[in-house]
Amino acid sequence: MITFYIAATVAVLATIMVITRYNMIHALLYLVVSFLAIAIVFYVLGAPFMAALEVIVYAGAIVVLIIFVIMMLNLKQEAVDQEREWLTPNTYVGPALLSIILLAELVYMISTSGNTPIQDNVIEANKVGYSLYTTYVIGVELCGILLMSGIVGAYHLGRQKKKVVHRFLELKEE
Amino acid sequence: MNTIPVEAGLILAGILFMLGLISVLVRRNIIFMLISVEIMLNAAGLAFITAGAKWMQADGQIMFIFILTMAAAEVSVGLALILQIYHQLKTLDGDAANKMKG
Repeated sequence: MITFYIAATVAVLATIMVITRYNMIHALLYLVVSFLAIAIVFYVLGAPFMAALEVIVYAGAIVVLIIFVIMMLNLKQEAVDQEREWLTPNTYVGPALLSIILLAELVYMISTSGNTPIQDNVIEANKVGYSLYTTYVIGVELCGILLMSGIVGAYHLGRQKKKVVHRFLELKEE
Repeated sequence: MNTIPVEAGLILAGILFMLGLISVLVRRNIIFMLISVEIMLNAAGLAFITAGAKWMQADGQIMFIFILTMAAAEVSVGLALILQIYHQLKTLDGDAANKMKG
């Protein structure tokens, strides 16, 4: 039980660090810490397979993908300075205040509804897999179609336009 | 006895979602906006896992797998769009891409 609260505190602190950093790489490293803390929360809540997936897919694949793109863009110190220029207090106070009011309402509504303890039992991966391939098999197929369209869309968008040079112009340059 | 109240998990999910929402409202850099959307999706998944643990069913975890798949597809397409915008406009400003032309 104390593990849950420690991991939750780490997750919230790391996420606050993510949304206040100016440097993108620092923000991504704090994001990895946040995902690892949430993986511990999943483990404590009795979902060990989801904890493994969180580490592998979120902290492994997605963050590394974003880091690759940042390396391809070759951002330098100017990007950090520009971010510092964009993120001034009078831009973030308004949205932050309104969101915190909404969060306070949400916390009030959840906490007045009572205190329901979670029973201490682990839902194993084989139960998840069985349910995934019997009840939710149509969802699995739709996820396959979604990933396929994601690959095709990323390929189509990421393709560089081939530069068309007429052969007479090429000959003239030589 | 090792019992965690359901409300603690839901409030944690709410706090993480709110942090992601603040970041997506405040930032102008599109890569930071994409990262914030990831935080919000993760918080939604945490709410599903908490609910699944409360009812002792596998359905919450299955919903999390679907969210994970959607996040992976979304981030690949989003990063391809960011690369395209950066090559055409030479900036990461989200406001620079407000004209639809071709």
